[in-house]
Amino acid sequence: MPDTIAPSLETHDLTVRFGGHVAVDAVSCTFRPGELTAIVGPNGAGKTTYFNLISGQIPASAGRVMLEGKDITRLSVAARTALGLGRAFQLTNLFPRLSVLENIRLVIQARTRRGFRLWSMAASQHDLLQAADAVLERVRLTHLAHLPITALPHGDQRKVEVAVLIAMEPRVFMFDEPTAGMSIDEAPVILDLIAGIKRDPAVTVLLVEHKMDVIRSLSDRIIVLHNGALVADGPPAEVMASSVVQEAYLGKELIDV
Amino acid sequence: MVRLFLSGDGPQSRILGAILLLILFCLAFAPFLFPGTRSLETAARICIFIVLVASYDLLLGYAGIVSFAHTMFFGLGAYGVAITTQRMGTSYESLILGTMAGAGIAAVLALVIALFSLRVRAIFFAMITLAVASAVAVLVSQLSAITGGEDGMNIRIPRELTPAFRPFDEPVLGVRFSGRHLNYYLVFFTCLILFLGMLRIVNSPFGRVLQAIRENAFRAEAIGYRVIWYRVTATILSAVVAALAGSVFAVWLRYVGPATTLGVEIMLDILLIVVIGGMGTMYGAVVGTAIFVLAQNYLKDWMGGASDAVGFMPLLPDLLSPDRWLMWLGILFILSVYFFPTGIVGRLRGVT
Repeated sequence: MPDTIAPSLETHDLTVRFGGHVAVDAVSCTFRPGELTAIVGPNGAGKTTYFNLISGQIPASAGRVMLEGKDITRLSVAARTALGLGRAFQLTNLFPRLSVLENIRLVIQARTRRGFRLWSMAASQHDLLQAADAVLERVRLTHLAHLPITALPHGDQRKVEVAVLIAMEPRVFMFDEPTAGMSIDEAPVILDLIAGIKRDPAVTVLLVEHKMDVIRSLSDRIIVLHNGALVADGPPAEVMASSVVQEAYLGKELIDV
Repeated sequence: MVRLFLSGDGPQSRILGAILLLILFCLAFAPFLFPGTRSLETAARICIFIVLVASYDLLLGYAGIVSFAHTMFFGLGAYGVAITTQRMGTSYESLILGTMAGAGIAAVLALVIALFSLRVRAIFFAMITLAVASAVAVLVSQLSAITGGEDGMNIRIPRELTPAFRPFDEPVLGVRFSGRHLNYYLVFFTCLILFLGMLRIVNSPFGRVLQAIRENAFRAEAIGYRVIWYRVTATILSAVVAALAGSVFAVWLRYVGPATTLGVEIMLDILLIVVIGGMGTMYGAVVGTAIFVLAQNYLKDWMGGASDAVGFMPLLPDLLSPDRWLMWLGILFILSVYFFPTGIVGRLRGVT
């Protein structure tokens, strides 16, 4: 990836401590549009915590997060979302008793900043409903639009989770194990969606994933976290071949690649 | 037309629609259907409590925020009218000014409480509202020079709203129409407008965000809603409507005192009605209030009658004695929560 493209997301010495434990340790990394970066590492390496620091669920102890050149370290989660950062969660995290359509409609309502309208009727804002329908079409969930989330099987809930992210239209997409707990038949649908998102050269994708075949087929670059620190960064083939990474951090799984 | 007034949020159940129409009809024509001071008193109380309970439902059922200060806001509205008319003399201007002052103070107090506590965790809000409400109740009973203390205050309202005023020489539909009836219609229409206004708000984009926050505040923030501002706004709206209901109540009763507006019992009543009627439905406030206020006012009479009727049997007359009415109200509450966990409205809409 040429360095001439301005970075979309940067972390500078990003650190978070919980008591004496350093969960993310001075991670500096630059992400550029048109690139899908897989973040790997053993359980407890700090991958999800690193995500939480970037999207703002946890405040950083030290260091900075920059989005398109703007320091967002002190901004709220909602403010970061408004600036174009979008995150899907590892555990499905939706509005359980609301319908699939309403879950998506709310996202588009947030993006178009219409949440503070108190005196118009939500049900008559047809443009939002149409936009939500279009997103559901894209993830092939139209037939479930009017069911509450609780009535959906796990795989479909994961699809809604991805649909929420698509509806947010962020410029930086963050996926945290999007296929976790999905069956072998269901996972490819999600992966196709991510591949489709990646095709847009203006977007940056960050992906936390364990499944090596997924990483191999999707990623342009891999970074490896271990004990909260960044220990490897480079093209997939190079990182996977690195002996340090293989032996110490990724275990046997990668050696078999 | 109906759709517009109901903001597209109909009863969604034929039985519920019929019950609501019946309640609306009875309240709209109460002076003619049920002549007599006491029944008019009950009808006005139902109107006012529908608004008070619905404003609490806006907070609890839609935004998922538990508050114990709702009667405090109700009381602020009532005392606003009482104190203003005492200071400025009896006029419509002082009624309006008192109402606005009560609503304004309620809004500011709600803003301060919400900003201090909702930033942290929703449970702190519940505790702080309890503390502030108790403090205000103590203040009201101590500052007797301003509030009349435990005795409360009588309110002198314009003559056109009192029983002494006779707008018509001839009876209307068999009823000798008085200023009291005009006052009732002031209550009825104010409450109707406030209720429809709240129905509109809960069906607005803002209302949808409140429901999203109730379902999953974490996710609402992640998709870009600044949760704190929505919660603060919901708290203020609910407080202002409660204060307006309090002002109407004061004008209707021509009296305000700690027990009628600020009491813990009223707070408990509101909670019970919201749960019995069905949280997050708005219509639950209507059905719940109608049943609850009727039971509160007439259960004693019915029980007195029933007690006399079974006087020849052992034990039963004691159980049905009017003094036991609170026990029966409690049993009714437990049964309704057990059989209708989603409230009467939830049950009628087929939500289990």
